[in-house]
Amino acid sequence: MNRTLIALVEDKPGVLNRVSSLFRRRAFNIESLTVGHTEQPGISRMTIVVDSDRTDAQKVAQNLCKLVNVIRVEDVTERPAVMRDLALIRVRANGGTRSEVMQIVDVFRARVVDVGMDTLMIEVTGTEEKVAGLVEVLQPFGVVEMVRTGRVAMVRGNGFNEQ
Amino acid sequence: MRRTGAQIVWEMVKREDAEVVFGFPGGAIMHTYHPRQEYDIRHILVRHEQGAAHAADGYARASGRVGVALVTSGPGATNLVTGIATAMMDSSPIVCIAGQVPTTVIGSDAFQETDITGITLPITKHNYLVTDVDDLAGVIHEAFYIARTGRPGPVLIDLPKDVQQAETDFVPPEEGVRLPGYQPVGPGDPEAVCQAAALINGAQRPVILAGHGVLISGAMEALRAFAEKTETPVTLTLLGKGGFPESHPLALGMMGMHGAAFANQAIQKADLLLAFGMRFDDRVTGKLEHYAPKSRKVHVDLDAAELNKIVPVDVAILGDLRQVLEQLLPLVEPVSHQEWLAQIDRWRADTRIRDVMNQPENDRLLAPRVIYAIREATQGEAIVVTDVGQHQMWTAQYYHFDQPCPLITSGGLGTMGFGLPAAIGAQVARPDKEIWAIVGDGGFQMNVQELGTVVQERLPLRIALINNNYLGMVRQWQEFFYERRYESTYLLNPDFVRLAEAYGIRSWRVTDPQETHQAIAEARSHPGPAFIEFQVVQEGEEGNVYPMVPAGAALHEMIRRPTVAVEADRSKEG
Repeated sequence: MNRTLIALVEDKPGVLNRVSSLFRRRAFNIESLTVGHTEQPGISRMTIVVDSDRTDAQKVAQNLCKLVNVIRVEDVTERPAVMRDLALIRVRANGGTRSEVMQIVDVFRARVVDVGMDTLMIEVTGTEEKVAGLVEVLQPFGVVEMVRTGRVAMVRGNGFNEQ
Repeated sequence: MRRTGAQIVWEMVKREDAEVVFGFPGGAIMHTYHPRQEYDIRHILVRHEQGAAHAADGYARASGRVGVALVTSGPGATNLVTGIATAMMDSSPIVCIAGQVPTTVIGSDAFQETDITGITLPITKHNYLVTDVDDLAGVIHEAFYIARTGRPGPVLIDLPKDVQQAETDFVPPEEGVRLPGYQPVGPGDPEAVCQAAALINGAQRPVILAGHGVLISGAMEALRAFAEKTETPVTLTLLGKGGFPESHPLALGMMGMHGAAFANQAIQKADLLLAFGMRFDDRVTGKLEHYAPKSRKVHVDLDAAELNKIVPVDVAILGDLRQVLEQLLPLVEPVSHQEWLAQIDRWRADTRIRDVMNQPENDRLLAPRVIYAIREATQGEAIVVTDVGQHQMWTAQYYHFDQPCPLITSGGLGTMGFGLPAAIGAQVARPDKEIWAIVGDGGFQMNVQELGTVVQERLPLRIALINNNYLGMVRQWQEFFYERRYESTYLLNPDFVRLAEAYGIRSWRVTDPQETHQAIAEARSHPGPAFIEFQVVQEGEEGNVYPMVPAGAALHEMIRRPTVAVEADRSKEG
């Protein structure tokens, strides 16, 4: 099972390096890690997904907390939260298959963001399951290229910052 | 107040109450060295940067203050690495300041450039690369704060040459620090403390496992009060020595791989383990599957990542040990554990019979007797620093402390070469105290060059070299587990007495047990420094550390000392 951790960290040089160095040093297996700015200047936010069959998420959280530049860590797996992954997918689509691909895109509420001679670039946002579902049905057409951001998460209601 | 970065270093080191810096100059740090004389701070010139890191560590452990090391970039900085890792594993507060090539050439593979910030990332509590002289004072202030608070540890400051040279208006940092992600813990969660108290009040066979945390949090009095009120025997980790008086009736001595057999037996049969400021190192648990199988466990530690890391516990209390013990004390009932203590005394008696000190004396020089003699002569009041290996375990076994004073030794990392430079640091910290460095012939030679520092600084250090011409602990493993094939462990040593005398150190050599006491007495009455080489038994039963829990064995599966007396005793038992 996957567990989702949110970490608020100081936006200082080398902090991502400290976090990734910690994961390597403690042999933690990480499914994904995203990092970006927050509403507060000087503070970045990481969403870390851990495969809890292989790595104890609590140990990840406890060790992250020991880093001086890590301000707060919380496991939000059990809390109601919106979790999203964004993917860009380039899929083969020629005259014969283009309309069929675009119908699938509509069904998944994804968007076509670029059209090439033989390919379409599709942008999809949603849970990882939804993205995986789209990729699965596009596979027969030929997925040429794909990139995913990894999970970002925000707790519903008053949210993470209010705690 | 215009100041250069170099001046700010000394200004801040002084403000942080450091009286002494251990270091070695070089191209990227000489700018910082230049203004030292303007500040009233002592500098100890070591012979190798590793010595500076260990000396700062020894200074910190002997004084309870932060030790400081100052070195140049590149090789100067990388030479610190072993010392930093040693301090990290043993939670020792040191601040290392390393020169760096100018910021303008960082990343260009400049002369003596190395990424010491990157290298030390996993072996420091925190580290800094300072790129702006305006940050320097604040960084040094934070570094000392982080090093000494919470779970202490090493902090490294990577200081480029142009930052040392740059001038700025020096503004002393405010007293407090703004570190939103760093809060040392205080008392424990009252609910968890109550749960622990309930387990304690219901226990029939409790044992306290007291670690380094007792000394770090200053919980010696609280621990004693707790142990006496609940009549709970106390066993110590290697770094926990000094946290509880070893002559106390409730003291069980050291636990673990070379711990007292009766202490290990008590742990294995306990129904409640109280782990106070220790971290269940593999050297104290033996095989985890068979570790204290029938016991409930309470763990108090100030580092959340240590709780449930190795041994799952019934109650984990995150908090400062002294404060947690003060919370527990009114909640626990005064009880008597006569039956349990009587059982432990039976195990203790068996251990005593096997003790080499209770075997008939012969004409061979045995290391345990040497260490016991040093203990007797100093009445247990010296500060003792060891290296790593057999002599270290013998020192832990035979130099008992009743004072709240640590055994200064590399516990977690097991760093050979630690002893001599750490003893230098300890002697600098405590010039009035009698300090004994007890070292083996292998580890001593790893940093033997620091004899030069001892003499140059006129340190009255006493050095006892336990020489068995082997890397003794490895040889012992080879004897037990590797068919007595002494592969690469025999040492063709120099004449150590002449070596020490070449440095100008008064020296003695002891080969006969009859000479032991007199040599120690003479070395003690000499103003120092003084050096004694003890040529001890090299191998076999009298050259091994007993008992020993083999790697991978359970804690009670010890190799015990085979002796005639014991065999006779056994046959009586039938």
